[in-house]
Amino acid sequence: MDRLALDVAHLFAGGLVLVSFMLLYQDRMFGLLNTFALHALVVSLSVAWQAYIQHAPHLYITAAIALVVKAFVIPVVLHRIIVRLGIHRTIEPVVGIGLTMLAGIGLVALSIMVMLPITAEAGTLAREDLAFALSVMLLGLLMMVSRHNAVSQVIGFMSIENGLILAATGAKGMPLVVEISVAFSILVALIVIGIFLFRIRERFDTVDIHTLDQYRGERP
Amino acid sequence: MELILDALIQLGEVTLVLVLAPLLTGYVRKVKARLLRRQGPPIVQPYRDLLRLIRKEVVLAHNASWVFRVAPYLVFATTWVAAALVPTFASGLVVSYAADMIAIVALLGSARFMLALAGLDVGTSFGGIGSSREMMIASLAEPAMLMVVFTLSLLAGSTQLSSIAAFMQGPDVGLRVSLALALIGLVMVAIAENARIPVDNPATHLELTMVHEAMILEYSGRHLALIEAASFLKLLLYLSVVACVFVPWGVAVSGQGFTAYLTGVAAYVLKLVAAGFLLAVFETAIAKMRVFRVPEFMGAALMLGFLAALLLFVSRVT
Repeated sequence: MDRLALDVAHLFAGGLVLVSFMLLYQDRMFGLLNTFALHALVVSLSVAWQAYIQHAPHLYITAAIALVVKAFVIPVVLHRIIVRLGIHRTIEPVVGIGLTMLAGIGLVALSIMVMLPITAEAGTLAREDLAFALSVMLLGLLMMVSRHNAVSQVIGFMSIENGLILAATGAKGMPLVVEISVAFSILVALIVIGIFLFRIRERFDTVDIHTLDQYRGERP
Repeated sequence: MELILDALIQLGEVTLVLVLAPLLTGYVRKVKARLLRRQGPPIVQPYRDLLRLIRKEVVLAHNASWVFRVAPYLVFATTWVAAALVPTFASGLVVSYAADMIAIVALLGSARFMLALAGLDVGTSFGGIGSSREMMIASLAEPAMLMVVFTLSLLAGSTQLSSIAAFMQGPDVGLRVSLALALIGLVMVAIAENARIPVDNPATHLELTMVHEAMILEYSGRHLALIEAASFLKLLLYLSVVACVFVPWGVAVSGQGFTAYLTGVAAYVLKLVAAGFLLAVFETAIAKMRVFRVPEFMGAALMLGFLAALLLFVSRVT
């Protein structure tokens, strides 16, 4: 039983890393959104499993929040934003998909190398979850630096948050308040980002954030 | 006595793969045709094709060298040996202890090398294009395959296919992400290596994006028959590897009775039928991708292999 619990937790956490790689691979807007919804679904499954094996009922609430907010609300809202911006047919030129993937592998290796030694005293489950969570976060950051499109960057940001949830649930005894406030801050961030996207589009006629660069103050 | 029996089983296995390979290809073609609501050729059509080709005379280009003439035999021989090394219906074969999974990869690699050389030999532009593309695919498919092999070997503690199959049947496999990743990676490699649809179209000679058919465009007669037979064998080999590692149930172990071998054969045929059906459905459901998308596809397979090996180190902590 204990072994099965560990294996299933491992499956969900590893699946999350895999879906992060799928996010890096997607170049179509709606494909990206669907993959992100899958990402959130895997997170909520993982959290629900943690709730079951840790006998912590409040984690079910966390899972429900992740499921409702991130697997349904945020993708639907982003879907509508994309349609209203008229960029739903654009294919994002992902430069060097192979290189990005290799960098991603490197990041996963790095997080495993970093996390395993420093969590030597923790339980197996926590160690695994921390290593995977760090790689999901790093992959989200990689997504943010490798993409030009503002919507993809938003998705990268949201996937980082999913990694945070994974880390938080792996460590036993996270208070529910923290999780609720994180979820709400994500929602607020979504609203701010949505307004921001429209402002960028109004100003520059594109959501490619590289056009912002020329308005930066201190340039070498 | 034991040794003779094992040798007999091995002999049976070697002939079985040779006999079944064209049947499998014919079956996959038939299922694909039925899915497109066509009647399709009969399942035994590949045998007829092979017989017809063997009877026909060989037409050689004027500037074809000995490489061109020798390559089909070498391609066929190496592929056949590789197929004989995979435990299909019985594990623990005589020959399988002489070579492991890495040797199978190497044998297939040398077959590919010979074929690419033959494609270049006559000096037509089609052959050259085919060879260069084949090498491009191979340069990513082979590392991906090796990563999958390493993952399985790390898990099972052996590179022998028989031991891996035995380990996968055992109780301490558990539910592992690495295995799922390795399975997906292996299937992707198999699709690319056998020139199946998203990577290459096996059913046409008339496409500018073809890879495998472009290389063998100059072949005719018994040479073509050998190359065709080798490609049938290769499809069977990959499906057998997937079946032997990921669906190892029903494989007879050496020393069991006659009935065990019979059930082994029956299970093997069932697995092939299921795998061939899935392959046909997959091929019908998906469109062929551009050649320049293929490196991304293979890169994803390589990434899955890497990831599978990496994740293994996390789960090994226990």
